[in-house]
Amino acid sequence: MNRSEAIKIVVNALGEKELLVAANGLISRDLAALKDAPRNFYMLGSMGLGSSIGLGIALSLPNRKVIVLDGDGNILMNLGSLATIGSLAPKNLIHVVLDNESHESTGGQPTASRTTKIDKVAEASGFRITEKVYDAQTLKKVLKNSLKCQGPSLILVKIERSDSVAPRVLYEPVEIRERFKIM
Amino acid sequence: MKAKDFCDLLKQQGFNFFTGVPCTILKDIINFLTRDNSIIYVPATREEEAIGIATGAYLGGKKPVVLMQNTGFSNSIGAITSLVLLYKIPMLFVISWRGYKGKDAPEHRIIGRCVLKLLEDIDVPAQILTEENCEKAVLTAVEVISKQQTPSAIMIRAGIINEQK
Repeated sequence: MNRSEAIKIVVNALGEKELLVAANGLISRDLAALKDAPRNFYMLGSMGLGSSIGLGIALSLPNRKVIVLDGDGNILMNLGSLATIGSLAPKNLIHVVLDNESHESTGGQPTASRTTKIDKVAEASGFRITEKVYDAQTLKKVLKNSLKCQGPSLILVKIERSDSVAPRVLYEPVEIRERFKIM
Repeated sequence: MKAKDFCDLLKQQGFNFFTGVPCTILKDIINFLTRDNSIIYVPATREEEAIGIATGAYLGGKKPVVLMQNTGFSNSIGAITSLVLLYKIPMLFVISWRGYKGKDAPEHRIIGRCVLKLLEDIDVPAQILTEENCEKAVLTAVEVISKQQTPSAIMIRAGIINEQK
């Protein structure tokens, strides 16, 4: 499973009500190319803050499920956010970390996620559900379960590196904000 | 001014979601907010994280405030420029001003000297809170936020706000 295959599985598992926050770089680009929608908040900069933006939305809209599509490089920049999420334990937050053990958007430099078990960090921080998946079938099953159960959940998806590069997100930042805000 | 009066003023202006990292100057405000069940206060691990949380809160329909020390503000300039200013996310920064006029512990002196210039350089308007202008400073900051859809800052020096006053 590579990045865009994993994102496709996540998007297809969702209904119409769920809100999505996508990390900057290739994750946002892939999501925009695969299934653009007003409910997608594309991060263009502010690397590392996807989980925090997702937390703010989840706390403000407790009746909506919020899915964060994150990367290993991103979450490693803001591991403290796992402590904050664990301590507040919002039931409606699902944190999906696509882990290729590299900064793929910038040329594939290695990250520490080969040795740092991000799912274990989440578990130790108080997430109610933590999973580590390697294949599409398991990802589908785990997502279905997380959408039904109380979170916070962290799903660590081990993915292969790939060479595919989707086009840049073309919306103006204010447009991304406005479309999302009226959802 | 009492911390309670300052918080009430913010709440009257519709602010209902607070997040940040404590500072000695902000302790009475944050202690008050932590006990207040009518609003949300989220303790963050870093100021940059608080800025992300506040952005999410705005997207979710809240009116957010980020409380942080000037050092924390300087930690967060990347998040402010590439998220808050880029997407024009309205939010209030309440920034404690350590190192004001160089009279502080050594670690605060440099940032104390240049914090206003940094705010100005990234186009975040700042109001400096005094004993006399409290209400006016808050109202001006609120006006900037709603008119320009940008963040706006209130700078608080030591001794201006505490529990006893």
